[in-house]
Amino acid sequence: MLRDITLGQFFPGKTLIHNLDPRTKLIFTVIYFVALFISGSFVSYAIILVFLSVCITISHIRLKVIMKGMKPLLIIIVMTSILNLFYTKGEPIVSFWIIKLTYEGIRNALFMILRIFLLITGTFLLTYTTSPMQLTDGLESLLSPLKKIKVPVHELSMMMSIALRFIPTLIEETDKIMSAQKARGADFETGNLIQKAKAMLPLLIPLFISAFRRADELAVAMECRCYHGGAGRTKLKRLVMKNRDFLALMAGAVLFGITLLFNSLGI
Amino acid sequence: MPMDTIIQTKNLSYSYNTTQKPAEENAVAIDGIDLEIETGSFVAILGHNGSGKSTLAKHFNAILLPSGGKVYVDNMDTSDEKLTLSIRGKVGMVFQNPDNQIVANVVEDDVAFGPENMGVPSEEIRRRVDGALKAVGMYDYREHAPHLLSGGQKQRVAIAGIIAMRPRCIVLDEPTAMLDPVGRAEVIRTIHDLNKNENITVILITHHMNETIDADRLIVMSDGKILLDGKPQAVFAHVDILKDAGLAVPETTMLIYELRKNGMHLPMEALSVEECAQSIFSLLSDSRACKAPEHHIKD
Repeated sequence: MLRDITLGQFFPGKTLIHNLDPRTKLIFTVIYFVALFISGSFVSYAIILVFLSVCITISHIRLKVIMKGMKPLLIIIVMTSILNLFYTKGEPIVSFWIIKLTYEGIRNALFMILRIFLLITGTFLLTYTTSPMQLTDGLESLLSPLKKIKVPVHELSMMMSIALRFIPTLIEETDKIMSAQKARGADFETGNLIQKAKAMLPLLIPLFISAFRRADELAVAMECRCYHGGAGRTKLKRLVMKNRDFLALMAGAVLFGITLLFNSLGI
Repeated sequence: MPMDTIIQTKNLSYSYNTTQKPAEENAVAIDGIDLEIETGSFVAILGHNGSGKSTLAKHFNAILLPSGGKVYVDNMDTSDEKLTLSIRGKVGMVFQNPDNQIVANVVEDDVAFGPENMGVPSEEIRRRVDGALKAVGMYDYREHAPHLLSGGQKQRVAIAGIIAMRPRCIVLDEPTAMLDPVGRAEVIRTIHDLNKNENITVILITHHMNETIDADRLIVMSDGKILLDGKPQAVFAHVDILKDAGLAVPETTMLIYELRKNGMHLPMEALSVEECAQSIFSLLSDSRACKAPEHHIKD
């Protein structure tokens, strides 16, 4: 049951989007988000939507996968759009009891649905086409100027990548401990919320103890392999910005410009 | 084989600090060990739990520093902090649990971890990673996620991660303890190949007798001291001493030992099943040749 957990799922591939530098993709995603939040017209949303569809097509990510990922967020989308639908002041079209349907409400609700949909799909595209390791490397490189003000960027990214590395290991271990405790008569399913939370203790305590032991052993193993922090460290896979990365960033800038333009025109 | 020494300990002792107890009762893990490890040799260290064998191993690359005495790696004193990194580049270490030594999400990234820390240029890292993965037979898995590999494969990746650092010596601390028989055989074969083909000194710490048979030298530890030291055949001949130290000898040795006790003249050196079978066979056919009439009467 625990194997179904997907955290930042990644689908390996060799497409243009996969091959872009993670830094490009990160910067691009930020530009995309800002464009999404400032745009206030259907035309600009349509342009962003078209653009995103093109990216998804290039990346060979199937629509089904994206829709599947969207499912748990459906409630949030519905809730926000309902709130927007009925709580926006404006010219009422239909008025029934205390419910007033306004033109602005419909417009806001539609915008909200589009905005959330585009936001999430954009994030999916980033995590589906970029491995977690690449993402951490990209973040480390982008944030490296912060080292000057004593932010431990390398250490943070090392922590993040080790955490990612140990997720499957710890899930496997949780499964084992769960089976072991079940065999001893532990009951994880029945009872109310508080009882269930209490039933988790015999699972969590061994898991924590083992995680600490693992951390200790890993630290020794890393020391044995000459780990001494980020200073003087080289990389097997150096991040190199290529022509396609500059092109992609340019495309991002153009997208941003177009959004701004249509916004100011108010179409 | 060159006869120079890679690791040397001089009257090495180590005691774990137990704050609860008075100082004189501190647990002594290693008690005055003098040892020289020759470059290029395959040395097995054997001992039951708590004999001090793992503690000794951790002194070989400055993970632990001696409480008394000295350890020299390639003539560098391990207690000199400035030399720690170069010592660790010379002596790599592989541990029991492969899961707890693999740092990265992809096999080749993990193998690259050591060279990356040593500041090796990217192109050179690529060459070393490929070479190391080929040496342990895991090249085809270079883009796999480590958690999808079997225990033996993971341990071979861990070994590749050490050889990519181009050490002169690898210390393996019970590398097969958590593996199934297939994985165990894979790992043992890999380290023997490395010892022969790459001329890397191997120090194998284990409590499996059978893994020590093919070593050039076998050191048996007990209570923080060296009990026996020599060729495996010579060491296993001391069945009584080994038994007193709580160690089981290989089944073949045990068989020959018992047969000898009952007056059969067998050589103690036969360690492998084939050698053992051969020596018993030749003894039996000899005795049948001379004692055939006797048998006939008894029947």
